Amino acid sequence: MVAETAPSNMAVAVPRPSASLPLRAWAARRVEALAIPLGALALGFGLFSLFLLSLGKSPAAFLDLVYRGGFGSAFALQNSLQRAAPLLFAALCVALPARLGLVVIGGEGAIVLGGLAAAAVAAPLSGAPSGLGIATMALAALLTGALWLGAVGALRAWRGVNETIASLLMSYIAIALANHLIEGLLRDPGSLNKPSTRTIDEAFRVGPMPGLEVHWGLGVGVVACLLAWLLTERTTLGFAARIAGGNVRAAQIQGLAVGRLIAGFTALGGALAALAGFFEVAAVHGNANASLIAGYGYTGILIAFLARQNPLAIPPVAFLLGGIEASSGLIQRRLHLPDATILLLEGLLFLLVLMGETLYGRFKLFSPHLWGEKRAAAAQTVP
Amino acid sequence: MERGPVAHQSISRRTLLGGTAVLGLSALASTGARAAGPMTVGVVYVGPKDDYGYNQAHAKGAAALKGLPGVEVVEEENVRETNDVQKTMESMINMDGASLLLPTSFGYFDPHVLIEAKKNPKVQFRHCGGLWTAANPKNAGSYFGYIAQGQYLNGIVAAHATKSKKIGFVAAKPIPQVLNNINGFLLGARSVDPSITCQVIFTGEWSLAVKEAEATNALIDGGADVITCHVDSPKVTVETAARRGAYVCGYHADQSALAKDRYLTGAEWDWAPIYKGFVADMQAGKAPPNFLRGGLADGFVRMSPYGPAVSEAARKNADAVKAEMMKGGFAIIRGPLKDNKGNAIAEAGKGFPENAPELESTGYLVEGVRGSA
Repeated sequence: MVAETAPSNMAVAVPRPSASLPLRAWAARRVEALAIPLGALALGFGLFSLFLLSLGKSPAAFLDLVYRGGFGSAFALQNSLQRAAPLLFAALCVALPARLGLVVIGGEGAIVLGGLAAAAVAAPLSGAPSGLGIATMALAALLTGALWLGAVGALRAWRGVNETIASLLMSYIAIALANHLIEGLLRDPGSLNKPSTRTIDEAFRVGPMPGLEVHWGLGVGVVACLLAWLLTERTTLGFAARIAGGNVRAAQIQGLAVGRLIAGFTALGGALAALAGFFEVAAVHGNANASLIAGYGYTGILIAFLARQNPLAIPPVAFLLGGIEASSGLIQRRLHLPDATILLLEGLLFLLVLMGETLYGRFKLFSPHLWGEKRAAAAQTVP
Repeated sequence: MERGPVAHQSISRRTLLGGTAVLGLSALASTGARAAGPMTVGVVYVGPKDDYGYNQAHAKGAAALKGLPGVEVVEEENVRETNDVQKTMESMINMDGASLLLPTSFGYFDPHVLIEAKKNPKVQFRHCGGLWTAANPKNAGSYFGYIAQGQYLNGIVAAHATKSKKIGFVAAKPIPQVLNNINGFLLGARSVDPSITCQVIFTGEWSLAVKEAEATNALIDGGADVITCHVDSPKVTVETAARRGAYVCGYHADQSALAKDRYLTGAEWDWAPIYKGFVADMQAGKAPPNFLRGGLADGFVRMSPYGPAVSEAARKNADAVKAEMMKGGFAIIRGPLKDNKGNAIAEAGKGFPENAPELESTGYLVEGVRGSA
């Protein structure tokens, strides 16, 4: 840390904060926001290392494989980025409602239904121009996701139904509904042993980003994170949402339409999650089938919490998680550990980051309001 | 260790050329010479390798390769049917130098195996499921087995064991392969006693332990006293049924350890000879067959050893039918036969042998099965 109040020759009795103090306070809060999750990550890896040692495996070899499998080469980086792409949307689905103090964990359902809606509208559009087809598919996904999770928000806002439970249960309903439609009404009769919807036109496929093997979901996902950050941090709407998230009563007294904010933010989260489903269909599978149910929605929860619900932090965290998942195969093959090893690591990190949440404001180093007390105390002893 | 010749009884049936080349190779191998340098085989599973089911059956096949000279096996489990599996295959190719890939889950084929096969023309891809056609890349291929034969034999043994004349089937999804197994199980039982009925419950997912347990309990509550299944991991069904005192017929792999004396027999995959055949072909410097199918007669499918509860009469009966099947061309679906909605499936005198194309698109449950596809 820098020296105490630099222009100390102007000593006065009143302990007036120097000009650099707000800057230091700002920096301290930023450092705290980084240090606590990073500390949790480090502790997680530490505990995980003990686990590895107990199995007779080398933590150094493990970390080396995580690096090589997730980050160490162009192939590994692309692998991680590709895995991160759907997770960006899934994490936003958690982070946006979190601004209102809501815990929405049903993104998986919106992803699956979004993909299904995209595939469903693609069939009648067959033969249409590429741009029209892709736009319609994306729009269908966005609307489906918005309606699906917007309903959860509406239930919360106007009926007081717990959004965490409701979104999770809605997710099960979504998956059952998707299976039902894929195996029934929307099934391509030609898909015998793997029921799927009709394959979309080649013209409606979304390709890789220039110079990469990763599909456009990554680019759109990063832009969505930036826009989400602008929305929550730089608009009156985002400000209103944060007020409502901090204190619903206060927000209501201020005349904020809390109900509409809740429904709107959950709907937006659902729409973005559904976009992940759209990309899975348009860029990966070419149709909707049971492989859409891949659990991205649940990894998204982990990422959103690791990112402390900050949309700007989602891309790096998703990249980190994508890298860990990308290295999982190499770890299985080289260390002969079961796949559950990575799940164990992820679970451990999740728990520790959640526990870390309780530490904010507890370290003097990071807490400007505690400095004030010290200064005041110091000021009293000086005269 | 039994090598080439035994492994290739099945394959030589398809291509005489392949068989002779392999015989030549095993002669080479026995003198310690190798046709090519060491090769790496990459095996990819959709679930855990120790699931007592579909994935374990493949893992057992892969394990049979591990002792072979000049063969390295790399494996990855719980790989999703998304572009994750593409990256897994690429990683096995780029980082482990795999030259033969065995992506074992049905959902890996389209688009994932097709994409990687185009991208890596020097690598051979053999996918379990029978989906390859001549229009697909030549370095890809598929293999699969007629396991409904095993379910038919399960049905015969079940018929001798049931007292309630009700048998039960826990099924994942109403797709042709599963429907063929259900039909086989009941028709096997009815070949012994035509009054037997089979209740089926679909769980809707390949792996969903809670629903599988519920379905098993519901079947037993409904009076069924012999249970079998077609889900990825039969563990839950087998254990639940045995605990409730019902008899069990296994599926995918040998589950006798889970049901002890309640285990009658089971329809198992035997991938070891197939995988050994692929490797032998590669070591001989040629591509493994693009399309490979077989049943009991070809060594793709085998039965678990009979449990202690199987009567002498049941053994004799099942063994006799098995001997018929070993000749090839045994028709499980034989006319006159109706489905359970009353529609005719096959006229009198008509039958579908195991390789009949009609069985690829089965959409019905036969008369006597209670449940709907």
